[in-house]
Amino acid sequence: MVKDYVILESDRAVVNGRVLEHETAGSAMLAELYRAHIADWPKFFKMDTLSKVGFVASELLLKELGETRHEGEEFVQSRAVVLFGTTASLCADRNYQETISDRDNYYPSPALFVYTLPNIVTGEIAIRNHYRGETSFYVVEKADAAQMAFHLSCAFADTVTESVLAGWVDSRHNDDFQAFFTLVRRDELEGLEDRLKTIMDNLNI
Amino acid sequence: MERLVQCIADNVVSPLGLDSASNYQSVKAGKSGLQHYEGIAMSKIDRMAVDVACKRLDIPSDRYTFFEKILLVSSVQAVRNSGIDASSERVLFIVSTTKGNVSLLGSPAGFPGERVLLGVAARQVSDFFGNPNSPLVVCNACISGVCAQIEAMRALKSGRYDYAVVMGADEQSQFIESGFKSFKAVSDDFCRPFDRDRKGLNLGECAATVVLKASDSVPDDCWELVTGAIRNDANHISGPSRTGEGSYLALMETLRCCRPEDLAFVNVHGTATAYNDEMESIALYRAGLTDVPVTGLKGYYGHTMGAAGIMESILSMYAVRDHTVLATRGFAVQGTTYPVSVSPELRVTDGRQFIKLLSGFGGCNAALLYRLNGTW
Repeated sequence: MVKDYVILESDRAVVNGRVLEHETAGSAMLAELYRAHIADWPKFFKMDTLSKVGFVASELLLKELGETRHEGEEFVQSRAVVLFGTTASLCADRNYQETISDRDNYYPSPALFVYTLPNIVTGEIAIRNHYRGETSFYVVEKADAAQMAFHLSCAFADTVTESVLAGWVDSRHNDDFQAFFTLVRRDELEGLEDRLKTIMDNLNI
Repeated sequence: MERLVQCIADNVVSPLGLDSASNYQSVKAGKSGLQHYEGIAMSKIDRMAVDVACKRLDIPSDRYTFFEKILLVSSVQAVRNSGIDASSERVLFIVSTTKGNVSLLGSPAGFPGERVLLGVAARQVSDFFGNPNSPLVVCNACISGVCAQIEAMRALKSGRYDYAVVMGADEQSQFIESGFKSFKAVSDDFCRPFDRDRKGLNLGECAATVVLKASDSVPDDCWELVTGAIRNDANHISGPSRTGEGSYLALMETLRCCRPEDLAFVNVHGTATAYNDEMESIALYRAGLTDVPVTGLKGYYGHTMGAAGIMESILSMYAVRDHTVLATRGFAVQGTTYPVSVSPELRVTDGRQFIKLLSGFGGCNAALLYRLNGTW
């Protein structure tokens, strides 16, 4: 049985096979899940959709794992965050483009612009948990368990890395997103592709 | 036996030239690609020159966006120089970019909307070579070019691939310009890395490629990509760490494979923003690299984003072979809390290794180590 995973879609949240209750969908569901299960990180409300999705998914997973935040310098350097997706920052890109398209109504904002970098979601997770290990965002053509498993295994070539908070995160519009998160440990690399495949079979990607 | 990784070919496409050697000679001679345009100083690649190069290299230029064309002009030359068969399944394609085809959002120019997706854009390039693998796009803000080389190194060491074609590029557009201006990070005048009077960065266009090969041994006088590391500050999504935490950690990891006294230089990010250069000086100081020559190339190219990590690694390789620490154009007076060994003049070195350091939004930092094997 595959354990230690979270699925988060526009109208569905699943933690290790358990469906989380919610009354709303899309961006409202993200806020609802935040209030119900996290609630102590107001920076959440400043994030773009990609970061909100990644942040909520990572928080739900870490809560399920029961990890204590900031377990010392050695631990925080040994935890990497490696995420994949196809749309990357497209949603934030479109939102930002709208703010600069009209020369007469031109209001580029640094708070919007920064989220046009898809790796910001990895930074948000690192800041929340004090992770000082590797953070990487890879963009691929499509969700492919073999490709993801290979590059996740590569992350352990860094001898400091002992575990990777890994996942998939996509968002085409503010109310349309798909994500899964899981924890990959150095001694659990065997069968990783099959584990990812099993999780992804439950996800609409 | 552990597989080693060798750099066997390279290319730089920039306003200073369409190959690495001409770029190096221009920079050594003190020439800069930066120019004053309306309201901004920038380094831009001439569109006509790219179309002429496409024709010369048999790249059908009407099929590709400007971003894809500069990637192709660079990678086609590097791959041909390497002599490898890039259509083999043993070759991995990695693209480093921050914004790819984002300008299509503002002016689609007849290209399908999906081309704004980075994986789709990267596929245009790998398809040109007939490569069957799905390309990987590294999108880690300004450190992408170093990350792409690190990921290629790991993929080659794993035994899955024999060669990696690692390319990086970004096209400058109103999208990026307005964003950096909104951060008040852009200087009106030519940038002044590490200088007391630095006022921000210039944006720049470039495409660069390295072809890496996995092998049991790296011959003398060939380049080995030895190691590299990526670390996060865990501090702020758009502000550098006050302790240079991630850069310091990435440097320390890299220094496991070499002694500071063996380094020819550290090629820094050196964007010429107040915060970045200050942060790097702290990280270099903490890592015990105060006496190692430091050099930055933004005064010649501006900040070339997805290309920076690759182009700056390539020029560093040419400099080491030439016993040279390149001058940091724009620098005059020391302007960081911790003094670093930076100079506006060319310097001589007998070192055969260098570190390339980058940092970026999202709190990410990366360093890698290249070594020229053998002795002088």
